[in-house]
Amino acid sequence: MTTSSAIEVQQLRRVYKLRGPKRKDAPRELVALESVDLEVKRGELFGLLGPNGAGKTTIIKILATLLLPTSGIARVEGLDVTQHVQAVRERISMVSGGETSGFGLLTIEENLWMFARFYGLDNATARQRIDALLKIVGIYERRTAKISDLSTGLRQKMNFIRGFISDPRVVFLDEPTLGLDVTAAREVRGFVKQWMSDHPERALLLTSHYMSEIDELCDRVAIVDTGKVLACDTPAALKKRLQREAVFQLKVSPIGPRPNREAMIEAVPGVRQVTVTEQDGYSELNLILEAEDALGGVLSHLNGRGSGLIALEKREPTLEDVFISIVGRRLDQDTTQREENGA
Amino acid sequence: MYQTMMNLPLVRRANWLRTFLNAAWLGWQIESNWADPFLFAVYSIARPIASVLILVVMYSVITNGATDQPIFAYIYLGNALYILVGQVVSGVSWTVISDREQYRTVRQLYTTPLDGYFYLMGRGVARLLVGIISLVITVGFGVLAFQLPISLQTVDWLLFTVTMVLGIISLAALGHVMGSITMMTARQIGSVGDAVAGALYLFSGAIFPLDLLPSVLRPIGLIFPATYWLELARRALLGPGYVGFETFAGFSNSHLLLILLVATLLLLVASIYTYRWAFNRARETGFFDMETNF
Repeated sequence: MTTSSAIEVQQLRRVYKLRGPKRKDAPRELVALESVDLEVKRGELFGLLGPNGAGKTTIIKILATLLLPTSGIARVEGLDVTQHVQAVRERISMVSGGETSGFGLLTIEENLWMFARFYGLDNATARQRIDALLKIVGIYERRTAKISDLSTGLRQKMNFIRGFISDPRVVFLDEPTLGLDVTAAREVRGFVKQWMSDHPERALLLTSHYMSEIDELCDRVAIVDTGKVLACDTPAALKKRLQREAVFQLKVSPIGPRPNREAMIEAVPGVRQVTVTEQDGYSELNLILEAEDALGGVLSHLNGRGSGLIALEKREPTLEDVFISIVGRRLDQDTTQREENGA
Repeated sequence: MYQTMMNLPLVRRANWLRTFLNAAWLGWQIESNWADPFLFAVYSIARPIASVLILVVMYSVITNGATDQPIFAYIYLGNALYILVGQVVSGVSWTVISDREQYRTVRQLYTTPLDGYFYLMGRGVARLLVGIISLVITVGFGVLAFQLPISLQTVDWLLFTVTMVLGIISLAALGHVMGSITMMTARQIGSVGDAVAGALYLFSGAIFPLDLLPSVLRPIGLIFPATYWLELARRALLGPGYVGFETFAGFSNSHLLLILLVATLLLLVASIYTYRWAFNRARETGFFDMETNF
């Protein structure tokens, strides 16, 4: 690790102890992070990609000083997050998606002013930054609206301003476009790109389970699942891993929710990975094949099961394909947490 | 515009005073957020008077209306001053719950470099102000309606001021301890501040002298600064008209003031260490920002 790192994480582990319903029950352990190693360089927009329960938010909460790790090292701008809480907070900000929280009785302007003051900005600087950011984000006209009256999109834009008002060195964005409509999500992504472009020495850690968002924004991506980093590279390099393989999307007449259907298709020679999702009136198969000629075997297998081909498309690998090839399932399938009895 | 903004100087170090004032401002926005001024008046004026009247009626029934007895002034003032205990002790500890569960702003607030200890202290200021308004109204009502022997000329203002400052600091420190305990627990224990405030009502000599408590229970009252604060505040307000009771009969004002000072300082130090410990413990267990959604 070098001093150019904005974030350094080494062998980070976090275990929650959960009480049983009865007081005399022995506590159970829930391993949220196994042993995570990460490095985010200054100037980098780094993505954490993983399903719900993978450990993304836990990593961010530790880095943002809200949670202590069970073991391991986490540093922001070279500062140990467990030892230098105040100094770390002076350098960071955190915005979570889908936040319905807030002091609803305050106006947008009052809320931002209050947070600016907590960040230590003087009154004049705070006012100047608030006005400027309100205009950039396009909600200047709504600055006197009470937070309780805001839509999800407006509230998230306000939270975005809060996240950038202190001119932070490192920004944590946890599912920032969650719950936003397409237009608002695009505006948010646009703001993030512009901010990183204007601040090449800063760093931004983004978690999302929207593949396209990670693909569009991030310089590098770590694929996280079951509390472990399974792969870490640029989106292009990750996708390149699959370029020697053939990726197909098939639409076939409904297979139905049969047990082990994926395993049966994967048993066809040349099939590396498959996911099946039931759509309205058809089944959609995403196939990763060792070579194109394996496709014939798949189609024969499906025909044998009474499922006819509706459409077939060969496409370039996406991050989703990378995720499936590494993790073995789709991103929208939640992680099953690992629990161990007793301590 | 964007470029201009980004060229502004970097964030300056926040300090405890800025946190305190900012939190006090936020607290006042919350406490004074009454849609209807009539409701605000009911809350801050009629409610404390109504609660003290209940006690007055009970007292009158038992004593056949002997409101000129020293014990009446003792009870009335104790009850009036006790408004501050409820507001400050419960107010500070309730801030932890309301931020975590009601407003759900813990993550937003505690990723800023605010000083957590002074944030809680500041949030309690608004409730203290509401409490002081109620206290003044209640005491004024007592003077007018029940001829409490309080005269502006005979009040020992110096003693009263010092006593009130120390008393309020000690209540805020106690509220912090309760808030720190709340930080480490789920919402259902949110009433810990109320529970302690309720217990103090019994043990601090608020409504009856400690002499009336069984001797084994008296030490409970003697360890709380609030007990000495209430005694001194009564002495300061009633001046020469004050009639003491057995427990503190042998103690001069300066002696009691010294005890109050030492007890307040000890509680203040304890609250600082408790807060630090609870802050780390809550982050260790994961309870710090955990919304229990009860």
